[in-house]
Amino acid sequence: MARRSRTKTPITEQDPALRKTNFSEVCLGYTIEEGQAEAIRCLQCKNAPCITSCPVMIDIPGFILAIKEGHMQEAADVLGKYTNLPAICGRVCPQEKQCEQVCKLGMAKNFEPVAIGKLERLVADWALENQDFSKQVQSDQPKIGRIAVIGSGPSGLTVAGDLAKMNYEVIVYEALHDSGGVLTYGIPEFRLPKRIVKKEIESIEALGVTIETNIVVGKTITMDEIMNDFDACYISVGAGAPNFMGIPGTALNGVYSSSEYLTRINLMHSYEFPKYDTPMKQSKNVVVIGGGNVAMDAARSAKRLGAEHVSIVYRRSLEELPARIEEYHHSVEEDIMYHWLTNPIEYINNGTGDLTGVKCVKMELGEPDESGRRRPVPIKNSEFIIEADTVIEAIGQGSNKVLLSTFPELTLTKWGYIEADPKTGATSIPGVFAGGDIVTGAATVILAMGAGKVAAVEIDKYVREKKKTPVTTKV
Amino acid sequence: MYKITKKVHISKNEYDFWIEAPRIAAKAQPGQFVILRINEVGERIPLTIADTDPSSGSIRLVFQVIGKTTAELGTLKVGDAILDLTGPLGMPTEIKNYGTVMIVGGGVGIAAIFPIVKELKKAGNRVITILGAKTAELVILQDECREYSDELIITTDDGTLGMKGLVTEAMEQVIARETVNCSWAIGPSIMMKFCTMTATNHELPIYVSLNPIMIDGTGMCGGCRVTIDGSIKFACVDGPEFKGTEVNWEEFISRMKQYKTEEENSLTDYQKAQVGNHG
Repeated sequence: MARRSRTKTPITEQDPALRKTNFSEVCLGYTIEEGQAEAIRCLQCKNAPCITSCPVMIDIPGFILAIKEGHMQEAADVLGKYTNLPAICGRVCPQEKQCEQVCKLGMAKNFEPVAIGKLERLVADWALENQDFSKQVQSDQPKIGRIAVIGSGPSGLTVAGDLAKMNYEVIVYEALHDSGGVLTYGIPEFRLPKRIVKKEIESIEALGVTIETNIVVGKTITMDEIMNDFDACYISVGAGAPNFMGIPGTALNGVYSSSEYLTRINLMHSYEFPKYDTPMKQSKNVVVIGGGNVAMDAARSAKRLGAEHVSIVYRRSLEELPARIEEYHHSVEEDIMYHWLTNPIEYINNGTGDLTGVKCVKMELGEPDESGRRRPVPIKNSEFIIEADTVIEAIGQGSNKVLLSTFPELTLTKWGYIEADPKTGATSIPGVFAGGDIVTGAATVILAMGAGKVAAVEIDKYVREKKKTPVTTKV
Repeated sequence: MYKITKKVHISKNEYDFWIEAPRIAAKAQPGQFVILRINEVGERIPLTIADTDPSSGSIRLVFQVIGKTTAELGTLKVGDAILDLTGPLGMPTEIKNYGTVMIVGGGVGIAAIFPIVKELKKAGNRVITILGAKTAELVILQDECREYSDELIITTDDGTLGMKGLVTEAMEQVIARETVNCSWAIGPSIMMKFCTMTATNHELPIYVSLNPIMIDGTGMCGGCRVTIDGSIKFACVDGPEFKGTEVNWEEFISRMKQYKTEEENSLTDYQKAQVGNHG
């Protein structure tokens, strides 16, 4: 056998010069042959550390072995045991901080880890193309119980899929007109094609899950109704309320939250205006505030909408950047400029309510803060102005109060998220479980899915226990 | 899909629809709104719920044609359906017995005040309703408002109905002759701003309903943000009703114009295509 390649099998990507003019997917994925070449690199460790570093504990050597042997269906079956959304996780998980970080091959000097994420994606895409979900047979056993899932993001979809597999009747309530949560309105097409999201959601519906859109729980239906009509419920409404820095000029025209900017683009297709009705401004100079994946997504979207200059203003340095390194590299290839150690202090008004520039101050790093990262401190008299007609704040999201304000019985943390046991997803109210960003604050897709897997098991336990207890009827 | 069950073309540019939406009809309270999307390529627009009929499971929406989406909505017929309808959204009006209340509606804003008029009357208030419009045919929902008002005053810019002049002049006349305990004004931004000034001059509390640009309508994007008493609020979840005196009007009016060019182009393209299709 040929010697193991030191580096990951190269993957085809769209040329940067071309891709920054379109919204098509940047990474084109492995062919089966390329996947097999990569699968050969896996050491097939006995106590594989990659498994324990995956939040849903996928049998990684198992599915990679099946690829190597050319058994794609078998590989898909292995994945399906652990994850309901492999095509999505293969694309958006920060593998460099999870499975691939602990890969033993990657630990060896001058070796890169196995491209686990890209292999997962290969198998999942193959399955979406080749498996016929309509033939999935649902059990004709009577259902064990009825579960309501509030929010159709990655956490809710995972709970729904797992409980449907356990023979529950599951109804998912979604406030927007399309399901998927952040997968649909947040992560752009060029990173996560909506066709993939739709197909993966269809595969969950094929398990017998019903998704009802245009239902705002707390408004369209109440928590009281849910508590009466279902055996248990899972709240996975995410952390979707945008934060604003609140500096002078926030109300100027041209100032967006990343949530608004990305919702217009991803959910409403404003990049295809006027074919689609939701408008988007033609920007020339765009400044994005923040250093996470959302900031990358917003900046790269702005470039694709035709902006000449797009820069990211981040108050720390590259070392502390929370975004995925792959996305950072992609952004640099696409001519996104960076202002490191810089913080905005004011948005400049042209006198008629439109933005003309962002006044910034340079920062230096001081002592480490609670998160262990060095705290940025402003440098006196270092103010400067970046010309801008559009600014997008991507500084994080908080919990949305629409549901929570109508359900005061539920215990919240001091940050306004739901207090839930991390081991079970149980909240302060029996039968009400919660997980994903509404518990942890804005985190990752895979952590939200992990919370969903845990909660599905606990919801099953709870309902079975409840059904055993004799029911005393209220008089 | 949400079926249109009744349609009345009330004036040149205004339509009155009843739409099947049982869940919304069961929950809606005065002051709340819906977000609708006509079809797959449509945008999401907010419209105030003008009335409900929970027994038939339908809601009433009255709108004015001001751009492409409302123009397209106006072409729909009884039996047609719109793709998405979400609601009821926003905080309801606080309905209680205030004593004497004055409720001012301007133009298509009259549709938004009607449920407030109705419920405030049912709550035992003495209700003085002022309806204002450019011309007689634009004074909508007159009979409905009259039914629930102790007094109904109509003003038109051209004097074709009621008194000639502005709603603020009618407000002044009422305030001059009797004590009013609370007031509401819903209509064009500039009207609400001037109603606020009039009420404030007489230390009369006034609530307005803001209609900024919205996308999701559920508090997740901040597109509808307004500055209220110096802090950022989202009209879709914190409002749409606010104290008129706390609204930063200059900023609000400026933000309404954000997509003016795009909106005009979109409407022009649509009208051209309509002419192309139908001669």
